[in-house]
Amino acid sequence: MKIQLKDSLYTLVRGKVLRTRQLTELEKLFEIALPEGQSLDHEPGQFVQVSIFGVGEAPISICSSPTKRDSFELAIRKVGRLTRALHELEPGDEVGIRGPYGKGFPVTLMEGNDIMIVGGGIGIVPLRSLINYIIDNRRDFGKVDILLGCKTPKDMLFGDEVETWQKRVDVNFSCTVDRADPDWKGNIGLITSLIPGVNLDPNRTFAAVVGPPVMYKYVIQELRKKQIPDRQILVSLERHMKCGLGKCGHCQIEHFYCCQDGPVFSFDQIKDLEGAI
Amino acid sequence: MKNLILSKERFEHFISLLAKKHNVMGPVHKGYDNFSFQPIKTAAEMTLKYVPTIIPPKKYFMPQYESFLEYDKTWGENMKAVVESEALVLFGVHTCDIAGIKALNIVFSDRPRDYNYLSRKKDVTIMGLECNEYCDEFASCAMMNNHLPDGGYDLFFTDLGDFFFVEVSTLKGDVIVEEIPVFEEALGRHFKELQGLRARKAKTFTNEVGIEYQHVPKILSDTKESLIWNELGDKCLACGNCTNVCPTCYCFNIWDEVNLDLKTGKRVRMWDSCQNEGYAKVAGGESFREERSARQKHRFFKKFKYMVDRYARFFCTGCGRCSRTCMAQINLKETLKKLKEEYAR
Repeated sequence: MKIQLKDSLYTLVRGKVLRTRQLTELEKLFEIALPEGQSLDHEPGQFVQVSIFGVGEAPISICSSPTKRDSFELAIRKVGRLTRALHELEPGDEVGIRGPYGKGFPVTLMEGNDIMIVGGGIGIVPLRSLINYIIDNRRDFGKVDILLGCKTPKDMLFGDEVETWQKRVDVNFSCTVDRADPDWKGNIGLITSLIPGVNLDPNRTFAAVVGPPVMYKYVIQELRKKQIPDRQILVSLERHMKCGLGKCGHCQIEHFYCCQDGPVFSFDQIKDLEGAI
Repeated sequence: MKNLILSKERFEHFISLLAKKHNVMGPVHKGYDNFSFQPIKTAAEMTLKYVPTIIPPKKYFMPQYESFLEYDKTWGENMKAVVESEALVLFGVHTCDIAGIKALNIVFSDRPRDYNYLSRKKDVTIMGLECNEYCDEFASCAMMNNHLPDGGYDLFFTDLGDFFFVEVSTLKGDVIVEEIPVFEEALGRHFKELQGLRARKAKTFTNEVGIEYQHVPKILSDTKESLIWNELGDKCLACGNCTNVCPTCYCFNIWDEVNLDLKTGKRVRMWDSCQNEGYAKVAGGESFREERSARQKHRFFKKFKYMVDRYARFFCTGCGRCSRTCMAQINLKETLKKLKEEYAR
């Protein structure tokens, strides 16, 4: 007998695409509003499940700050069937949204401390939410260092926004690329090369690290050389969450479900876990 | 607690009356050593002395394939969250499989709760059946301490020769014994016979792995780097049989299925296996358990460590299905024995 469930956790709300912007050849930014002016009310670092019926559903990190309440933004790289379909969406179209899910950056704990942000490649996407949250509440945080790295200058996402961070007097900014082009005037090298130069008091520093899986090990090594305690090194781990509800098993890291217990973990939570980093 | 007896002469009558009122599923012989839970109408269709069924009764709690959302392209209003469920009586569930259902209950009622699972759970009546003898060399229920009834059922049957000893464990079970008046009160001699069986079982159900199950998590943690995992990886065919037949494996995958009108369709979930190559793959192409050895290790650790850390419960019931079904003859008991030897060194 088939019955309708009223409490299903899989029910979606219809998000309306307000604006889209091509960021690079592969990445596109979507600004989405929930019905009736409802706020998503997320924490920086959380994600939503985004659906197009008939195509599928995927977990996507939220890249706007929760201080922006009327709508939220997702930056989506075209890699698979669903993301290709999402790239076809135009303003006015609708997508299915459920969430936000998971544990984001512990911004309340981080208040009053110095913040070091380390972003590699597409890792800037969830970090942008945190960076803009900190900038919007700048007085609540100590010194802020932002270190970004990417393959080549044209891969840098949110270039215009990055430029405004760079110009701010209340943020220390540095950036590096693996391979430069003739116009590039900045650093060349891996992101790890930027860390030794940062002047910091390890006991009052929280580091937020997001990047491709291969990056973590090396960045964390550098941060530990700086004596930052493991519980103040925050990482966001990428896994393919199918349900987002701590059930389907795809994102399991030992006894944690990345979708519910993460995606943001402190390094001391996960350093001994098999296959975490 | 209420204890009754059901004489063997009345057993057939009981099942027939039960099947008139309810959808009854029981263990049915399917040739060779294969058994399966199937709809039954009479006692004769069932084989009560059976080795664990190919697929455990988890199939009634989380079907292999289930649709949980239905949509229409004009979807906002027309999206429906659905569950397919019908009232069932499971007759003849062994204690190992009851332990499996108890483990699944924890996973799906842990918040956020899975209402598809929970609405089916509510619809199922469980009638357990005690194993008087060890089913085969693959089982390790005595090691996991799942060879004796320990709750999780509505009624529990123990075959004591010319009668069944019946423990009424819930009101749901009591309603059934009240509506089918074939039961008699259990007397002192019936209890004695039950104790006699339990005493005999204490001798035959021995822990031949030789590990106290409480020590398994420590043994695993200390043999993380063992070459035994590579040996398993070399043997494993990554077919996923072991996880499909496991009474506590609950992982699933989700996708959409479009109807031929291209306007309507459904979102479905289907059992998935951590032994599949793409299981832990992410969008960038990276897989967190690329090697078969890592995937087998994940399975063992999940049963004996990760879930113990998370839910304070072992997710191996000792049913032996994974070893019985493995085409590459990966044997859970043998593997644990080897790990124990290595740990002891």
